[in-house]
Amino acid sequence: MKQFIAFVNKEFRHIFRDRRTMLIILGIPVVQILLFGFAINTEVKDLHVALYAPSPNSFINGVTERLYQSEYFTYRAELDDPIKMEESMRKGKLDMMVLFDSKGEAVQLIINSSDPNRGSIAATYATAIIAGYQQELAGMRKMPFQIEVENRMIYNPEMKSAYMFVPGIMGLVLMLICTMMTSVSIVREKERGTMEVLLASPLKQGTMVFAKTVPYLAISLVNFASILLLSYYVLKVPIQGSLWTLTLISILYIFLSLAFGLLISTLMRNQINAVIISAILVMLPGLLLSGMIFPIENMPQILQWLSHIVPARWYIDIVRKVMIQGLGWAVIWRETTILVGMSLLLVGSSILNIKSRLE
Amino acid sequence: MGSVIEVKELTKRFGNFTAVDRISFDVKEGEIFGFLGANGAGKTTAIQMLCGISKPSGGTGRVAGYDINKESERIKRNIGYMSQRFSLYEDLRVWENIRLFGGIYGLPEKMIAEKTNELLERLDFESERNTMVKSLPLGWKQKLAFSVAIFHEPKIVFLDEPTGGVDPAMRRQFWEMIYDAAERGITVFVTTHYMDEAEYCDRVSIMVDGRIDALDTPKELRRIHNAASMDEVFTRLARQAKRVE
Repeated sequence: MKQFIAFVNKEFRHIFRDRRTMLIILGIPVVQILLFGFAINTEVKDLHVALYAPSPNSFINGVTERLYQSEYFTYRAELDDPIKMEESMRKGKLDMMVLFDSKGEAVQLIINSSDPNRGSIAATYATAIIAGYQQELAGMRKMPFQIEVENRMIYNPEMKSAYMFVPGIMGLVLMLICTMMTSVSIVREKERGTMEVLLASPLKQGTMVFAKTVPYLAISLVNFASILLLSYYVLKVPIQGSLWTLTLISILYIFLSLAFGLLISTLMRNQINAVIISAILVMLPGLLLSGMIFPIENMPQILQWLSHIVPARWYIDIVRKVMIQGLGWAVIWRETTILVGMSLLLVGSSILNIKSRLE
Repeated sequence: MGSVIEVKELTKRFGNFTAVDRISFDVKEGEIFGFLGANGAGKTTAIQMLCGISKPSGGTGRVAGYDINKESERIKRNIGYMSQRFSLYEDLRVWENIRLFGGIYGLPEKMIAEKTNELLERLDFESERNTMVKSLPLGWKQKLAFSVAIFHEPKIVFLDEPTGGVDPAMRRQFWEMIYDAAERGITVFVTTHYMDEAEYCDRVSIMVDGRIDALDTPKELRRIHNAASMDEVFTRLARQAKRVE
């Protein structure tokens, strides 16, 4: 225990004396969450909309008026034929076309969903406005015909909810920082020659590995807290489930990421390699195979299997269930068990591997 | 006096390459034993086996009374080690380094505090107690590293090229510290590049291509090889090396 404490003290000093690195480590999550936060801002206004009506009637005029009055839409009257509209949409100057058929009885909304959030919100607003107007007419018994509203999402048929992003960022950022932090810590001792001295001392390798995770665990909890606070207060993402469950799972995930970094550290020869390798090993699967951006269910079978070994996949899944859906242990025990298993495997391998590349 | 290191047929192979080839020797208690050899002769690998850092591929041996094949944990408690590269943490203060290694060797808090004062006083280092190690001159760093290596009063201390790059005046001071340690009963096992330092040792072995080609007192070695200095002895033996670095 005395050894453990002496070693933990040393690790804390290394970290706190390296002010610049410290600043980067604590700054990255804040910057990331704010960047993503504004990218997924759900408050969409000033949607540019154009209307095509070959044979205007009172219903069409009513719809036009209501769209025009809505604070969400800016009506672009000058785009009065479909060719001009399409060109304008292709250039990104138009968010939605409202097309009536020649009889003025059916309406089609064509939505530019190259920005999926903007697109889906435009569709929702417009549908609501039209449906509201219909109800209004029905109430006044002036309903001339039944209007069908048909939405077609073009450019990006896969619509995503903004809430889905925050768990993804947590999974990616926490793992990235934790892995990078520890990936250099053993390599650095090897580079400087202090590792040999430690190995010639009675310090157990397990003690060394666990002592190295303690200070980083503390820092990562600060990061976890800042991510959570920002997403709650700035991005207004609610925490539906238990905060304790979320914290506990996150500690497990942080520990797993630290162990992953240590394992990389035992296998690398220098600090630069260690940082690059850990960035690649975390970022690529973290972005592509974790379900953060691309839904796993839509992937080819082989990639779905591959995604099983990506820890972020399980963590993001848990965070979505706990944070967004408000579910508890009953539905996350399987994912949690997988994360525990992965952590044990990683810690075990790094303890066994710590001597490698020394000889 | 008994032997604190006894090694028979000690061998280390990496694949097809035999870094250390069946070396056998004894080191007596309280002795200053010079372990010489050109770069790549296998000195560091041999030391790592003696210190329990790496497992031998063959052969037997006892260090500080414990079996190097089976009791490496016990060996580690009874030795000190100063590596070829710098052994202390540059971003820790002088006292923090001492405290860390005291803690790693399991010394009680109070004892660490007392011994730290004593050590700083002896080295005339008190004013540097709070200095970051990275801002000390190299010679001072090496003196401090040696003091830390013997802080827990080991039976044997292994020094892997402790004076590399240090100026001659500082090297003298360093060797005075080695003599002090030997007088206190600590056996010193030292590798060096400087042949004048080899003359300071009680006995010297010379490694060539993974084998020990000569082992005796410096005086005897000079006589056997009919040489005026250790430098000449060494050059003559090292010239036979076939291994390319």
